[in-house]
Amino acid sequence: MPVPDVKEKFSGVVHAVTIGATSEQGGSRTRTVTIGGETGLPMLSFEAEYPHRPAFALEVNTAGADDWHSQARKHVGEVAADLEKWAARCEEWGADLVCLHLDAAHPDLGGRSPEECADDVKRVLGATGLPLIVWGADVDEVDNNVLPKCTQAAAGENCLFGTAKEANYRTLAASCLADSHKIIAEAPSDINLSKQLHILLGDVGVNVQNIVMHPTCGALGFGMVYIYTTIERGRIAALGGDVLMQQPVVVNMGKEIGRVKEATSPDEDAPQWGKLDVRAPLWEAATAVGYMEAGAELFIMRNPEALQQAKTAVEALWPKA
Amino acid sequence: MALTGLDIYKLLPRTNCGDCGVPTCLAFAMKVAAKQAALDECPHVSEESQEAAGAASQPPQKLVTIGSGDRALKIGNETVMFRHDERFHHPCGIALLVNDTDDLDARMETVRSLSFERIGQIIDVDTVALNCASGDGEKLQEAAGRIQTELSLPVVLIADSADKLRPAAEGLSDGRPLLWERGGPSDALVELAASAKLPVVVEGDLEKCDADTQKAKGAGVEEMVLCPGEVSPLETLQFLTVTRRATLRRTYRPLGYPVLVRAWAQDPVQQSLEGCHYVDKYAGIVVLEVDSPEYVLPVLVTRQGIYIDPQVPVQVEAKVHEINNPTETSPLIVTTNFSLTYYSVLGEVEASRVPARILTVDTKGTSVLTAWAADEFGPEQIKDAIEKSGVFDQLGEGYRKPIIPGLVAVISGELREELEQEVIVGPKEASGLGRFLNNEWPKLVG
Repeated sequence: MPVPDVKEKFSGVVHAVTIGATSEQGGSRTRTVTIGGETGLPMLSFEAEYPHRPAFALEVNTAGADDWHSQARKHVGEVAADLEKWAARCEEWGADLVCLHLDAAHPDLGGRSPEECADDVKRVLGATGLPLIVWGADVDEVDNNVLPKCTQAAAGENCLFGTAKEANYRTLAASCLADSHKIIAEAPSDINLSKQLHILLGDVGVNVQNIVMHPTCGALGFGMVYIYTTIERGRIAALGGDVLMQQPVVVNMGKEIGRVKEATSPDEDAPQWGKLDVRAPLWEAATAVGYMEAGAELFIMRNPEALQQAKTAVEALWPKA
Repeated sequence: MALTGLDIYKLLPRTNCGDCGVPTCLAFAMKVAAKQAALDECPHVSEESQEAAGAASQPPQKLVTIGSGDRALKIGNETVMFRHDERFHHPCGIALLVNDTDDLDARMETVRSLSFERIGQIIDVDTVALNCASGDGEKLQEAAGRIQTELSLPVVLIADSADKLRPAAEGLSDGRPLLWERGGPSDALVELAASAKLPVVVEGDLEKCDADTQKAKGAGVEEMVLCPGEVSPLETLQFLTVTRRATLRRTYRPLGYPVLVRAWAQDPVQQSLEGCHYVDKYAGIVVLEVDSPEYVLPVLVTRQGIYIDPQVPVQVEAKVHEINNPTETSPLIVTTNFSLTYYSVLGEVEASRVPARILTVDTKGTSVLTAWAADEFGPEQIKDAIEKSGVFDQLGEGYRKPIIPGLVAVISGELREELEQEVIVGPKEASGLGRFLNNEWPKLVG
């Protein structure tokens, strides 16, 4: 009896989303990044196509890195006071994209004005040729004031802006439409909430092919498995033909690592867990590869060492296009 | 794998004699499939058919037991491709590679040290993969014997030929080691495993595994474990997926066994990441060479997560938990009964050395914000939990001040009114509790 053929053909496909625009495309990026496009579950190249590798972004934060855990700060500390240097360094560290977090716009973190935030975006664009993700302060009214200025400042650069949430999506959707950016739709760990949000975005004119979805996330051992399953279920639905789930998935996971004791406790407090300088980046990389297994394509990380480790793992795992 | 009515119909004489009390064979088959009748109620059913029905009702993936006693490793019998379809049942073994030429005392100490308590569970390296580096079967037997006796852990015996495995297989068969003859099994090993009734590794690509398991089964070997051998991580992952699919979706029994894989990467970080991958996607045993906790812990935590039953919220009992022998002047910390939340809080309180009580409110095992959003962790629920527990009776007058998570600071006012007691807003994250209990709390109760 021959080994049965267990190949599966799916009717659906994950949208390919390109971030960044080169000078020929009206921007100033030195390259663009495309994620998505898979026609099957992760890494099963005997039955499906994998035209684009998962991509890795490093976080640059307008609020600095003072509250980051020691092993991430070890790398970014010396440049964290200077957004431009920080962004430029991301390229040297091997990032595919830079993710600028606008935390300093948060009222508790200095309440940086929309104009200042827009200037931050411009300066980062000037300092690096990498495609840019811009992430708001996660306070609705702040984001609604700040993000429209930032989309304008980055017009033509085809950035990825986030996040649009069910309770607050109109302003960002309109700004991304006006300035031709891609948009992150965030719905906490629930497929139906995600679909609902994609419908709402579609209703205000956003092309669903311009959406990247963020199911929220937790670190390995810290709620990760819930999101893992959310992503996996969503991907199965997408491949089964559910057009509202065919968006690629981003996980903003860098900051989550700081909540995990196993990844951050000093050696003297936790000798049983081994060396901190190994634990911290490995925990972040293990979180990334776990999400990749579920279907995520874009990873926002904090620790450059973890980014390099995860990228090396992808080299060994991801099918050649 | 349950048989369908049509499958059962094919096993019947198909004479529609009615002797079973049902007018037609098809109708009888339907009743058997619905478990309303037993196959032997048909007086004419053949013995072969009875056997076939018995075999077909076996689970498609064999349950394999390695080792003996409390620490025996049971793997296989998995029923789904995705944990959300049901759950993953038998957590994979995480095996540490040991050579029989190593300093065994030191290696066993290392294995013992790779054990951690997390969310109220022990997670540990639970298998030893013992390699016959000496090339001497007697030496392998001696080392395996010591590991079985002193660690009580299941052992995978690795050698490049059956004769090196023979002494240990014959001498230690009560401890049920898994026999892994590299590139095997040879006819000699199949014979050895059949007579010693031991599980055996079948190594090679899909076609070889397919042929070899059938051959070994024919020779009397019952329990087998597949292994793709030393191939790339991508090929390993695909081997794991294809064998699981063939088993579950096609009930293809020659591949219906759990799979042993080794993380081959030389770089310890990459080896650890490889291990995490294989744990998530279907491995039955993952063999690691790295032996420092910083590399092993992520793999163990990955296993703990993926084998959680997704249909059951991971929760602890809703009650007052007493930590560090609290008195009537100790703080009362209120949180949810979600395991991860509770154990995060517990860890911080223990580390703070401050005697305290933790009241876990029954939020059906959801976290603070989720529970708050679902109206499971509001002022009313917290008030009810406090009253039901009677915890205020254990506290002095000025100390009946529940500390609530900073994430739900918004409910503090309403809770204060409900309780007619002062309410203290604690830190947002459990990690802030140590400092809070040691520095802030004393001032607040002055």
